[in-house]
This record gives sequence, structure tokens and C-alpha cells, in this order.
Amino acid sequence: MTYLADVAALTRKDLRVELRGRDTLPAMLLFVLSTLVVFHFALPEGSGETAAYGLLWVAIVFTALLGLARAWVPEQEHRVLDGLVLAPCDRSAIWLGKTLATLVFLLAAQTVALPAFVLFFEPLDAAALGGVLLADVGICAVGSLMSAMAVAGRSREVLLPLLVLPLAIPLIVGGVGAAVSAEPERFLLFVLLYDAVFAVLSWASFEYVVTE
Amino acid sequence: MGLALVLALIVAPEDADQGISQRIFYIHVPIALTAYFCFGLGAIKALLLLWRGEERYDLESYVAIHQGTIFGALTLITGSIWARASWGVWWTWSSNQLVLFLVLFLFYCAYFMLRFSLEDGPRRARSSAVYALFGVALIPVSFLAIRLASDFIHPTVFTRDGPQMSGSMFATFLVCWGAVTFLAYVLYRVELAGKRLDADLRELREVLQ
Amino acid sequence: MIRGRAIEKRYGRKRVLTGVDVAVPVGGFALVTGPNGSGKTTLLRMLAGLAAPSRGDLVVGADRSQVGYLAHEPLVYRELTALENLDLFGRLYRVPERRERIGMLLERFGLWDARSERVSAYSRGMTQRLALCRVLLHEPDLLVLDEPYSALDEDGAALLDRELDALAGARTLVVATHDPERLARLATQRVALA
Repeated sequence: MTYLADVAALTRKDLRVELRGRDTLPAMLLFVLSTLVVFHFALPEGSGETAAYGLLWVAIVFTALLGLARAWVPEQEHRVLDGLVLAPCDRSAIWLGKTLATLVFLLAAQTVALPAFVLFFEPLDAAALGGVLLADVGICAVGSLMSAMAVAGRSREVLLPLLVLPLAIPLIVGGVGAAVSAEPERFLLFVLLYDAVFAVLSWASFEYVVTE
Repeated sequence: MGLALVLALIVAPEDADQGISQRIFYIHVPIALTAYFCFGLGAIKALLLLWRGEERYDLESYVAIHQGTIFGALTLITGSIWARASWGVWWTWSSNQLVLFLVLFLFYCAYFMLRFSLEDGPRRARSSAVYALFGVALIPVSFLAIRLASDFIHPTVFTRDGPQMSGSMFATFLVCWGAVTFLAYVLYRVELAGKRLDADLRELREVLQ
Repeated sequence: MIRGRAIEKRYGRKRVLTGVDVAVPVGGFALVTGPNGSGKTTLLRMLAGLAAPSRGDLVVGADRSQVGYLAHEPLVYRELTALENLDLFGRLYRVPERRERIGMLLERFGLWDARSERVSAYSRGMTQRLALCRVLLHEPDLLVLDEPYSALDEDGAALLDRELDALAGARTLVVATHDPERLARLATQRVALA
């Protein structure tokens, strides 16, 4: 149970740091809204309703990337990450805490983005929303790990999208499929499978990324 | 020896006496399979690095993935030629194999960006190893995704006809596959030896300074 | 407590440490000296458990819960207050009677009045003192301190002198310093890096 207590403490810490003015969340909100507006102008007349769903997912992924790029910045200052790694807690708890916090931020951004999408473009049914939620988990899980890898190097802002986008492709397929297809269950199950595989992989391998 | 094999490679397709599209097939598929194999080897070496912690696995994993990426690029090129020969287009989204390779190619290119961005040392070795493992996990997941996408989101326009292989064609195919695999192996050893030599020379230079 | 032989540390092509031997008994006080770039920080990181040697053997008889490491950087969150920082680390290190211990440490290092201010508002000296609180929070058996006197003003240095006096003998200490004379009276051995 101390594992969960550690995770809770770490997630709380991340939420607190963000609330104290990292301004990642406002940036994500503004970004996703701006992107949606850009899409209105980018979509030619008569593109069909389904094109909008594709663009929604592009917006979600890039908004998530924005949040993920800054996920480990608090730990970079004063090299706090070393302090966390030194602690007797399980290193994977650090990853889980960060993933949960990033998930909260992404969901928060989406509570604005999704209604805006419905307003500007197309309705979203339960399957589509389910797809969004499940894919959020996948993106945050994988993205947290990749962000931790990238943050140690140079040109990290460029590197993170390169690392995450190929991994996000299956999630986009799942999400768009859940919104568009007549058989959304397949896609939702697929995203669930992705989450299971990659969340476990990320959870298990975080230790190796932050230690020498 | 590698030269003899390359010759075998050229001779075998000529034996086939088919149209260009069939001939490319004999090279395209073995190259694709070899690329998968290289990525798999890279992942195994990566796992060994994380498990055993011996430094040499880092270089071995890197070289394997390097080879895999080269063969992946070749897969895309030969696949494109095949598409041109079969359907008259340079690219098609309906070939699941080709799309999968595109995704993987992007993924593994990012591998090199990752290595380039991190400083040499245990951190880089471990992060690369973890990324390599994600790669092999991505292969089946991506394949599933592309299948789902092609069935539901992008309905297939062209049907993909793998050529039916008779006995002699199958034999030719096997020869080609063997040749390509051996070629990959030779390249792997050569590159690995070359890089090791590089590293040894540098160490020697440092000691002498 | 610590036994290391022929330790070598390489980062790719860069050789940071070569042929280092170190042996520190339980309760010992080792001073690590050497010019800048001689690998003091790398050695201390290895002793703390943050890095493993590329070659050679190193055995440290304390696990993570018993090691306290003071780095060049303070290892505290800028956006959190002193209390929040120490509370987090207190939880992660499973410190019993966390609140009392935190209060006591903050007072001892003269940070009690500033306990609810964010670290970003602290001076360099105050941040260093908070870092020392973090290191001592869980009463570690092994203390690894990398130039602890840097960034401390007169008062802070005096506080640290007092602390080290109390700890020497009771715990095992490894301290890297540019000013070995200050701690010469406490040191039981020296490790000089070229």
C-alpha cells in the first residue's frame, strides 16, 4: 500500500507545482482551441463530417505533446529527479505519479476542447468519448516515459514528438475508428489492448531510463 | 564471400524469367523479413543490455537496428517499385505491409535521433534499449491498427495478390531469402567490427596521450 | 561500510575516474579532495548509488533508505515550499513522526520562519540549508556530501560545523571539499583524486 501512497504523494506534488504557475495547462487549453479554429479554415468545403474527427485526434495528440514536453521540467531544475531516484520508493512510482498528473491536465484541457469541437464541428457519441478517454491513458503512459528519455538530452522539444508520434498512430486509428465506424467496439478494445501493453511496458522500463 | 552472395542474388531472379513485378517480389519480401529479423535481434540485444548490464550489448543492439533500418528503407523502395509495376502507382495505402514499414521506419529513425540527442554513456544505452523494446512491441500493435484502419476507415481499393508460387519459384525465393539474410549478417558483422575498431583506436589514442 | 577497488567510470569516450580505491569503515569520516574535474562528484554519485562503476568493484553497505546525498544542486522543488518539499521526501523516505522531525530540522537550520515560502524565493544559502534538511531528514547511516559549504554564508557554515561535529563518529561520512583544513580535525582518512 505504500506504493500507492507514494504515487499519490507524487501526483499531488505535480498538481501542486502546476497550480503554482507552470502555465502548462493554460497553454494546452489555448493551443487546442486555436487548433480547432485553424481546422475550420483548413478543411475545404464539403470535406465530409468524418474528416473533422480525424482532425480532432490530431489536435488531441499535439495538445498532449505540449503537456508532455513540460512534464519533467520541474524535475530538471535543481536536478530534483536525482533526489526522487535516490528515495527508497519504487522508481516506477515516479513514472506513475507523473503519468496520472499529465492525464489530469489532458482531461482538463479536453473538458474545454470536446464541447468546443461539438460546437464547431460534429457531435460526439459515447463510443467516441470512450475512445478519447482510453487513448488519453495510452498517450500519457507512453509519453511520460519518452519525455523522461528526451529531457536528458539536447533538442528535447523536437525530439519528443519524433519519439511519440509513431507510437501514437495506433491510438489515432483506435480513436477515429471509435468515432467513425459502425462497429466501435473493435476499436475500443484495440485501444484497451494498446493501453495494457504499453502501459505495462512503460511502467516496467522507467527504472532503467532514470538510473545508470 | 559477400561478393559471391551478391552474385547469387542477381543470378537467382534471372532464373525466374518472369515480369519485373515478380522479380522484385523475390527481393522485396526477403528484405522485409530480414528487416524484421534485425529489429528483433536489436531488441534481444537491448534486453540483454538491461538484464546483464554489459556494455557491448549497446553497440550490438545499435548496429542491428541500424541494419534493420537500412533494410526497412530498402523494403519501402522495393515495395514502391513493386507497386509501380503491379498497379501503376508509386505508393498505395492499401498494402498493409508497406504502411507498416512506413510507421516502423519513422519509429526507428527516431531511435537514431534519440541516440544523437543523448550523450554517450549508460543513460543513452539504456534509453536506446528501452526504445528498441518498444519497437518490437509496436510491430504487432501497428499491424493490428493498420488492419483495422484499412478495413473500416480506408476501404481497400486494390486487392493485394501475392503471387502463387510453384515449386521452382519457391526454391528461387528461398535462395534469395538465404542470400539476403546472409548479406545482412555479413553487413552486421562488418559494421560491428568497424565500430569496435573505432572505439579501440580511440581508447588507444587516449592512453597514449 | 564502503569498499571500492580499481573503480573506473567512463561516459562513452570520456574517462572520468581511473584506478580509484576507497575503503571507509563504519563511523569513518572520509575527505575527498582533488582539483576541479578530477571526478569528485562522479565518485560521490557512485557512493550514493546514483551511478555504477564502468569497471572495478564497489560495495556500499547501505541501501537507499539509509543514504543521504547532498549534491551540487539542492534537489528540491522550486515551486514548492520548504514544508511541502520536506513533507514529500519525508513520505518517500517513510520518516516516522514526519511533522515533528521536519519542524525540528527547519528550526535547527533557521528556516522555520520561511517554511511556507516557495523555494524560488529563497537565497542560495537558504536553499542549501534546506537541502541539508532534506539530507538529514531520514537519519541516514551514510552521508555523502558534495562540497556542502559552498553557497553557505557565515551563519550557515557555523550551523553545518555543529551538525558535522555531532554526526562524526555516530554516522559514516564522505565529504568532498575544496577546503580540507576546515574538517581536518574530524576526518579519519583522506581520498585524493588526481
